[in-house]
Amino acid sequence: MLWNTIAKFKRKGILGMNARNVAYIARYNDRHRYPLVDDKLKTKEAARKYNIKVPDLYGVIRYTAELKALGDLLNPLTGFAVKPLRGSGGKGIIIITGRDGDAFVKPSGKMMSLRDIRRDISNILSGVYSLGGRPDTAIIESLVRGQPDMLKYSFEGLPDIRVIVFRGFPVMAMMRCPTSLSDGKANLHQGAVGVGLDICTGRAIRAVQRSTLVDRHPDSGVDFSDLAIPDWEEILLLAAKCYDMTGLGYIGCDFVLDEIRGPMILELNARPGLAVQIANGIGLKTRLEAIEALEHFDLHAEERVALVKEKFGSHPERG
Amino acid sequence: MSPKGQVYLFAILFILIGLGLTIYKSTVLQFPLLPDTERKVWDIEAKITFDSGNTPLTLSLALPAKQQQYRILDEVFASSGYGFTIEDNHQRRAIWTRREASGPQTLYYRLKITDRSGARATPMLDLPETVVPPIWTPAEETAAAGLIRTATEVSAEPASFTQQLLKMMNGQSISQDAQLLLEASRGDSIAQITIKLLNAADIPARMVRGIYLENRHYNQRAEEIIEIHDGRQWIFFDPKTAARGVPENFFMWQRGGQSLLDIIGGYNSRVRFSVLGNDISAKAVALKEAQTEATALVDFNIYSLPLDKQNIFKMLLLVPIGALVVVIFRVLIGLKTSGTFMPVLIALAFIQTTLAAGVLILVSLVAVGLWIRSYLSKLDMLMVARLAAVLITVVILMAGFSVLSYKLGLDQVLTITFFPMIIIAWTIERMSIIWEEEGPREVVTQGGGSLIVSIIAYLLMTNNFIEHLTYNFPEILLIELGIIMILGQYTGYRLTELKRFRFLIEK
Repeated sequence: MLWNTIAKFKRKGILGMNARNVAYIARYNDRHRYPLVDDKLKTKEAARKYNIKVPDLYGVIRYTAELKALGDLLNPLTGFAVKPLRGSGGKGIIIITGRDGDAFVKPSGKMMSLRDIRRDISNILSGVYSLGGRPDTAIIESLVRGQPDMLKYSFEGLPDIRVIVFRGFPVMAMMRCPTSLSDGKANLHQGAVGVGLDICTGRAIRAVQRSTLVDRHPDSGVDFSDLAIPDWEEILLLAAKCYDMTGLGYIGCDFVLDEIRGPMILELNARPGLAVQIANGIGLKTRLEAIEALEHFDLHAEERVALVKEKFGSHPERG
Repeated sequence: MSPKGQVYLFAILFILIGLGLTIYKSTVLQFPLLPDTERKVWDIEAKITFDSGNTPLTLSLALPAKQQQYRILDEVFASSGYGFTIEDNHQRRAIWTRREASGPQTLYYRLKITDRSGARATPMLDLPETVVPPIWTPAEETAAAGLIRTATEVSAEPASFTQQLLKMMNGQSISQDAQLLLEASRGDSIAQITIKLLNAADIPARMVRGIYLENRHYNQRAEEIIEIHDGRQWIFFDPKTAARGVPENFFMWQRGGQSLLDIIGGYNSRVRFSVLGNDISAKAVALKEAQTEATALVDFNIYSLPLDKQNIFKMLLLVPIGALVVVIFRVLIGLKTSGTFMPVLIALAFIQTTLAAGVLILVSLVAVGLWIRSYLSKLDMLMVARLAAVLITVVILMAGFSVLSYKLGLDQVLTITFFPMIIIAWTIERMSIIWEEEGPREVVTQGGGSLIVSIIAYLLMTNNFIEHLTYNFPEILLIELGIIMILGQYTGYRLTELKRFRFLIEK
């Protein structure tokens, strides 16, 4: 029974956590390049060099003493996002989408006072959300205004698009749609819907919530089967460029689609999770091995995207 | 060679060396592989501490005499800078001398004894000396007379007289005279007073000092039992229970004589005993006795460390077992735990508290801590300060639990102090963040995972067989290291992933 399951898993090409850690992350991700993805300021700077769009930086808060002047920084703003510089998994992020007098309005409609925001930033500074609990820095960024086409697939938060890039080749992608169950967060583990995307076209393959297939968004009722990500070509290209930018062989690139500016990089992740397999219904290992079997890797981003389309095109590989 | 190849090479090398040494030790050197198959050897350490005041020093410590029940295998006197002799007239005593020493001093006397199976303590045949009536204060005298009268009324001969006397003295039967006497001669032990009473009743009696042979007993005082002569033979009584005979596992250190330790030129002196039980085969004992034969392997053994350090090592050698459990659970099974090696520390605490009490204490500690932490998070505090506040809360809770349970008569909860409070404070902090960010469900998953791993680590670490193996065959560490290295190369699926991704292979 057990061996049977394992054999089926292998045939399906499912990537497990141990294999991911040893065979991909440890082998292809150089430790000294991690700061480039773990530190969002460094990511921003590098992205600018490669013409990759990222949210604008409004401010950086490094020390508790700087919190006194927080009001001066935030009061002119209507919408912004506060993030821990070295945070991961969306922890510790505050999104403010509007104002109500002196109060700040969250996507859920809840209010926050300046004092609340100050307290949360103080937590960020003391390292509550950073990897390893090191003292951290908070950054304040422009708010991404989602495209109305995409927002209907979401509840409160913004849906984001995760692309797994292996040695510069975008190999698998999904869209993560917040739900009321996930409390407006794009976290599949907490109940957001994962929509597998055809890597060549950006069209939905299927949608999964926890471990059941769903047709419609549980809150908005919108059918996922019509979903096609706009600017897909650009997203693939940007994802491929993220490899040139970071030099990391195995990363997850998180995109959001801005109403005006189009696809933007929100965050890079050097230890991307494995849920993308569940959303796509396809094992990741098969694809990774197909890339490893290639002969040339010194290709331009455009060439790599073309190669991906050729390899993983319309007829999804089986066994 | 590829990194993978190197790992396997070293891992297999380590495992082979570990296995080889283990097999060599068990077959050639006759170390028993199974616990309790062989004889128990007790390591007893008498530690004398005192302060010296720049005057000539003379110390005299009573030493155990030859006994039928136990065989003395080895004696060591650690006394650098001191002159040393053993005096052996009437009673064996060790004499340390020194012209001058200043400040706190420590002397050790170590003894290895083994049970002689089947041998029973035979009564000593020496005759008692003439009884010298004790000197009482007037207050003591009346109480003593009353006690002797009552005990005489309800007894038939010296043995039952002694028993009645002891029952009154230790409170098993109520006697006002006993209370008065105890108060009047404060500072004297029940055994000392009872001997005086017996002497007053013209019954020859003497003090026997000794220690209970219980594994991992540190820093205990000498226990007292008394011995009376009923005209034909010597009979032992335990003053605590008034029971006749030598208590089980009681090793007699000093029979008769005045004091355990005499000291001239020093003050604040104390004698404390530590006991450690080891399972050693007769052959291994013989090997150790014949120091000349000792191989490097035995020489390089943990048995050569001081006793209290040996006990620490006994614990330390179990830690890798816990680490192995953690690795297996995380890598092969895929259980989430909060804090990588926290479960090992918790398991170590469970060893002290016993399992059921430990789990109960831990869960209530974390639960109350979480509740208080949820209030703290509403106050605007810096994280380090908040963490320190949680830590102090944990200490207060520990103190509160201890006092409360002690009043309720639950001694078990007193072992609460063995929980690593800093780790618990961290756990509370981390759990409360998980609670806020990912909800209570995740807290239960991770907390439960940690608890399961701790319990399994505890069960293995307290397993008699495993404890025996790790302590007597430290080379097993190499085997553990090899196994962990190989597990570090495992790229297969975790058990929980089979469930997580099951969805992918269905239909």
